[in-house]
Amino acid sequence: MITAILTIAGLATLFGLILGYSAIRFRVEGDPIADQIDALLPQTQCGQCGFAGCRPYAEAMATGEAEINRCPPGGEATMIALAELLGRDPVALEDEAAAEKPKSVAYIVEDECIGCTLCIQACPVDAIMGAAKQMHTVITDECTGCELCLPPCPVECIHMQPLGATPQTWKWPYPADTVTEAGHG
Amino acid sequence: MADARKDWSFHGGVHLDDHKAESTGQPVRRLPIPDRLTLPLHQHIGLSAEPVVRVGDLVKKGQLVAQASDYVSASIHAPTSGRVVGIGPQAVPHPSGLYDACIVIESDGKDAWTDLPEPMTDYATLPTADLRERIRWAGIVGLGGAAFPTAVKVNTSGQRPIDTLVINAAECEPYITCDDMLMREQAADVVEGIGILRHLVGARQCLIGIEDNKPEAAEALRQALSTKADTGTEVVVIPTLYPSGGEKQLIRLLTGREVPSHGLPAAVGVLCQNVATAVAVADAVLRGRPLIERVITVTGRGVRQPGNFRVAIGSAADFVIAQSGGYSDAVRQLILGGPMMGFAMQHDQVPVTKATNCLLAAAQDEVPAHPAERPCIRCGECVKVCPAQLLPQQIFWHARAHDFDKAQDYHLFDCIECGCCAYVCPAHIPLVHYYRFAKTEIWAQEREREKSDLARRRHEARVARIERLEQERKARLRQKKEALEQKSGESAADPKKAAIEAAMRRVAAKKAAQPPEPETPGGE
Ligand code: SF4
Ligand code: SF4
Repeated sequence: MITAILTIAGLATLFGLILGYSAIRFRVEGDPIADQIDALLPQTQCGQCGFAGCRPYAEAMATGEAEINRCPPGGEATMIALAELLGRDPVALEDEAAAEKPKSVAYIVEDECIGCTLCIQACPVDAIMGAAKQMHTVITDECTGCELCLPPCPVECIHMQPLGATPQTWKWPYPADTVTEAGHG
Repeated sequence: MADARKDWSFHGGVHLDDHKAESTGQPVRRLPIPDRLTLPLHQHIGLSAEPVVRVGDLVKKGQLVAQASDYVSASIHAPTSGRVVGIGPQAVPHPSGLYDACIVIESDGKDAWTDLPEPMTDYATLPTADLRERIRWAGIVGLGGAAFPTAVKVNTSGQRPIDTLVINAAECEPYITCDDMLMREQAADVVEGIGILRHLVGARQCLIGIEDNKPEAAEALRQALSTKADTGTEVVVIPTLYPSGGEKQLIRLLTGREVPSHGLPAAVGVLCQNVATAVAVADAVLRGRPLIERVITVTGRGVRQPGNFRVAIGSAADFVIAQSGGYSDAVRQLILGGPMMGFAMQHDQVPVTKATNCLLAAAQDEVPAHPAERPCIRCGECVKVCPAQLLPQQIFWHARAHDFDKAQDYHLFDCIECGCCAYVCPAHIPLVHYYRFAKTEIWAQEREREKSDLARRRHEARVARIERLEQERKARLRQKKEALEQKSGESAADPKKAAIEAAMRRVAAKKAAQPPEPETPGGE
């Protein structure tokens, strides 16, 4: 009996020590919850959530300060993923209309550009190339479609162009949505 | 050895009416070259080719018009001589019906060849890298339908050594007979191509898998092999059972080896190539010819004269059908590929590409109208026939619920979209459609994730840069200030200046002593 108690007590102490040591030795730096939330956000960096970018919004959600329905580019899918991650109830998007906008990229009408560099300073992901008094251009692959470059442009030569599907990015429609379907017998 | 092989079989499969006889009555006929050829830049798996010609350029037959833009990509050559009249979006053969970038060539009617590279008849003495380069130059892709760049597939360095070359001559899909006719008529070229491929990958043996509904083709191959005195190559006749021509299924049938999930055939020491691809390799290596034409089957009761035709790549489907005898009144739908794995086209003004093996102009009863989908009754029929040994009803269940993680847990990506499950499903569920839907959704999500990761990295880099610039600015200011202070220290010899400075210090000290005053002492 005594040996049993001693053994169990000994084991408990041992595990306690191991746990205590691991907690110090393998401590995770940073804020893992905010990281996980940030990984779900679309990184558009548009600020439509009211924060200065995706990361600050992620941090606010991690501390419970912000609702999970404020990201229009992420839309419903992101809201549901956030609800799942944080164990909260899904809520209606704050701005449904903004969420339904098609994905677009900025496009500079090069003939009208005066080379003022204001848009370059506004772009959160450095997707605009150009120099003072020289025509600017948007690197389409890197543009997140945040629209932050639109207001600073003094000559309003930046437009948003919807990104259409190509055969390579096209998605098969959900079968129940299509009335006729062919090929497969 | 051959006897033991008979014991191997793959799981599932379905017996289908093969409908091959309709299109094998006549020899392959070469169709004229149309006035306009439309060459999609994306006819293969991988990145689109990059045009190397401009609108207005004159091109010769066989001239490179678009260059492989990446390791996994394929070059495109002009199928005839003429003028480039357009580079831009055109209708392409794709289930979406969307347009894609194409080079349009207007034929000059001369069909004049460009200078072709030297034949490499002594290929056995040449470095394999040179041979691969030739195959890459020729723009050869898998002609069985998948269109994976062949030069990439035959580069097996860094993988397990290949001991067996499997030649896919099964042609298991109903209606399609282009490989059958190619073997009957060009068996010698097939054997030449096999020789090159075997040399390339160092395969000790080659097994040609052919279904038992093609006895003429099998005989032609045996003949060609005996005249070539090729001993390491064997024609293996397999029972007709769809989809015996699936890569993993055929390897299993011929060698008994099981290609692992997510793995390549190279993982079990096998390289698999289609017969038509072998012929294209022979053309490129022995005759210096790029891939600019192919044999396609035009069949179904919707055409007057079903048959096989050698067509220039880029010929429009409506031209091919008109030239081959035209539509019959029975036509209801045009399918690109076969009835099991093909897809319906919205119209026929799309070009034949390297991947096109069949135009099936189907009559009403050849593609039965799809009855309404009913709920799954969990009968398990789909499980019995699935050659990939999946649980189709489970994948369907999760795909339908948009639960793509679960669908992947059930190995969605091992599905070869053969359509066996949908074929037997008593509830008429368009199962493959659900799998395609789920696959393209998952790819889209992956692209989104990559894009957002890139944006995050770039945003973080920008924030870090702005911070660094700010720090540097502050550091510069501090330096300047210090330099100034030093200077004033040096000039302390001047009694007048020293007096002023002492006064300033006193004032500053006084200010500092007054707590409510928020102004910082020692300011400018
Ligand atoms: S389509 Fe996919 S799930 Fe259905 S039988 Fe073929 S491999 Fe199996
Ligand atoms: S065959 Fe159709 S009804 Fe039967 S289990 Fe499979 S999906 Fe369900």
